[in-house]
Amino acid sequence: MALVLNEEQLMLRDSARDFLQSRSPVASLRELRDGDGNTGFSRTLWTEIAGMGWPAINIPESYGGLDYGCSGLGIVLEEAGRALASSPLISTALMGVTALLESANEALCETWLPQIGSGEKLLALAIDESNHHRPESVAMSARSSGEGLILNGQKRLVLDGHVADGLIVSARTSGNTEDKSGITLFLVNSDLPGIEMQDTTLLDNHTAARISFKDVQISADNMLGQRDEAWKILEKTLDTGRIGIAAELLGIAQEAFDRTMAYLKERKQFGLPVGSFQALQHRAAILFGEIELCKSAVLKALQAIDEGDEKLPMYASLAKARGGDTAKLATAEAIQMHGGIGMTDDFDIGFFIKRYQALEQAFGNTNYHLERFACLKGY
Amino acid sequence: MNDPLQNFRKETREWLDANCPEPMRHPYGSEKDACWGGRNFKFQSEDQCLWLQRMGARGWTAPTWPAEYGGGGLNRDQAKILKQEMARINARPALYSFGINMLGPALLMYGNEAQKKHYLPQIIRGEIRWCQGYSEPNAGSDLASIQSPLEDKGDHYLLNGSKLWTSYGDKGDWMFCLVRTDSNASKHDGVSFVLFDMESPGITVRPIKLISGRSPFCEVFFKDVQVPKDQLVGELNKGWSIAKYLLTHEREMISWTGLTQAGAKSLGEIAVQSAPMRDGKLEDAFLRINLTRWEMDEMAFALTIERARDEARAGASLGAVSSWFKYYGTELNKRRHDLLMDIHGSDSLEWKGAAGDDGNIAKDWLRSKGNSIEGGTSEIQLNIVAKRILGLPG
Repeated sequence: MALVLNEEQLMLRDSARDFLQSRSPVASLRELRDGDGNTGFSRTLWTEIAGMGWPAINIPESYGGLDYGCSGLGIVLEEAGRALASSPLISTALMGVTALLESANEALCETWLPQIGSGEKLLALAIDESNHHRPESVAMSARSSGEGLILNGQKRLVLDGHVADGLIVSARTSGNTEDKSGITLFLVNSDLPGIEMQDTTLLDNHTAARISFKDVQISADNMLGQRDEAWKILEKTLDTGRIGIAAELLGIAQEAFDRTMAYLKERKQFGLPVGSFQALQHRAAILFGEIELCKSAVLKALQAIDEGDEKLPMYASLAKARGGDTAKLATAEAIQMHGGIGMTDDFDIGFFIKRYQALEQAFGNTNYHLERFACLKGY
Repeated sequence: MNDPLQNFRKETREWLDANCPEPMRHPYGSEKDACWGGRNFKFQSEDQCLWLQRMGARGWTAPTWPAEYGGGGLNRDQAKILKQEMARINARPALYSFGINMLGPALLMYGNEAQKKHYLPQIIRGEIRWCQGYSEPNAGSDLASIQSPLEDKGDHYLLNGSKLWTSYGDKGDWMFCLVRTDSNASKHDGVSFVLFDMESPGITVRPIKLISGRSPFCEVFFKDVQVPKDQLVGELNKGWSIAKYLLTHEREMISWTGLTQAGAKSLGEIAVQSAPMRDGKLEDAFLRINLTRWEMDEMAFALTIERARDEARAGASLGAVSSWFKYYGTELNKRRHDLLMDIHGSDSLEWKGAAGDDGNIAKDWLRSKGNSIEGGTSEIQLNIVAKRILGLPG
């Protein structure tokens, strides 16, 4: 497949950009943050997003979806990054849908996918148990009890967990805490007795939950895929989410860069536009190139999902690490090149660096993905 | 389904299978394995000669050039398939050529019909080896300040002056050269672009020994060199546009030094073979991190070249963005050679003998330092990106 967007994808990008820039500009994130009863995103906006069909992009037609693949969702997420639009697209439409489809659990797919596509139901992933992403490290237990199972344990950084109708939870059904085998995935309703949620608002105003499961009784029908063998599904789900996050990071980097370039042309010191100074020009040129590299890595990774490329883990780690590094540089340079005003809360650039950092830490930071890439390469 | 591209792939695969000699299906080991063609070139083997003849006859040394001048006449998608199919069997390029990667595109754009018909087929078949007369002692980064004067003598031109840093000036059959034809005009306006035979009387070439001990660059001196008038490309005094257009192709070509060639061992594979391992990982944790970052950057860079080519018309220049490719590719190559020194450790120091590959590990490392200077320094490339792509003032 050529590494370019086709006509249809370009139209999707334009309509996503128009919609998000008008309906969810950065100012609306500020309103959300400064308003009462923060839920991390606007329900009104989500209803409109569902009207655009985006939650259904990656859902097959047989479940009422658009069957347009992850590349389409990636385009939308990149634009969401540009506008800093908050929504549960990654947790629900990308990762939730991928876990369901990969599980091949027909009953759960039929129950959940149509309602996810219509925007009525939300999902969240409950994977991490410590302050670092280590998906194979699962202490949470799922013990057999009669016909069903009983969940006990703790999860954290469950993005959009507080609003999710269903939780996708990794739990240990055999083996030791650090084993990749012996992990099982479940999709459970979030209102079951024994589930306690503590909402946390993150630096970027998104919310994530710390969740404790205490003797939560579930049915074996809630299992996603085979008992003890969830690692493959989990990895595919995580990789898909990582690539979606990389697309959003790319959008953040590009928008921060565009705003900074506009400022360099307009701001004058010593009687000249500051953009005429070579010290800034060279840094701007280097940043331009880093963003070009990031675009290619994200596009290739999105295509790798849709093509079922066996190198998906490598492309996912490449995209996530490069997305993180690029957005880190773009947002830090944005603040530095804006000078004093860049440090202020009144100015919007700060929202970009906060969102970058929240995404950087989600599902493996750059260090995690460097390590993973090295292991995949055999050194 | 009868997909014409699928058919093209099938035909290409069959043709390569039948025509690429087995010894040419290996990445080249060192610079001496490269086939440069030209009237004085000594082929390393019959297979090398045969491979050039076959590819040249099919026009596939210049896959996207028009068939009427002997080129392959392929479109963008077909050219990509040819590249993929050659990579699939690790086929090495049949020809390394400044004629194909630099002069040819400029002739296609600015040459007259007689020049295209005369020079392009010879370039495609690898019959003329070209060198580039651009830099001068007082015109390096400020290239438009070149001074070598070309005077109109009625039925011919007369060239004097000198050139510096001429790559393979001692091996080139012909030179494409920037000359000063109006010393009163502003520096960009009095430049012309001419071609001439390096065996013309009055030309002296002196190789320059570099820190690597090798001499890939030369000084070239001109004393009353006669240049026939039909060897002027484009209009008199309008050569600067040609010079710049050619540079975008040169810069793209240089940027490829950042990439690992098809079938060659990756840096990671070399490291696993040559550096100490412990529990399946490189023992030197910092080498491991630097290597990982490099391999990720190389992969992203290769994808970006692919994307840029997918976006551009077949054979077209990438324009100003070629400056960024040149910058990044050469920085990548310098990092590669820094890493290779770390990977080979003290072996890499041995100037003679097998451990250091007869000094080639160190010599390649030293040679790479020139990558970010030749073809326009990294700093010049960043200036071009800032001004021409980002539109920054000044």
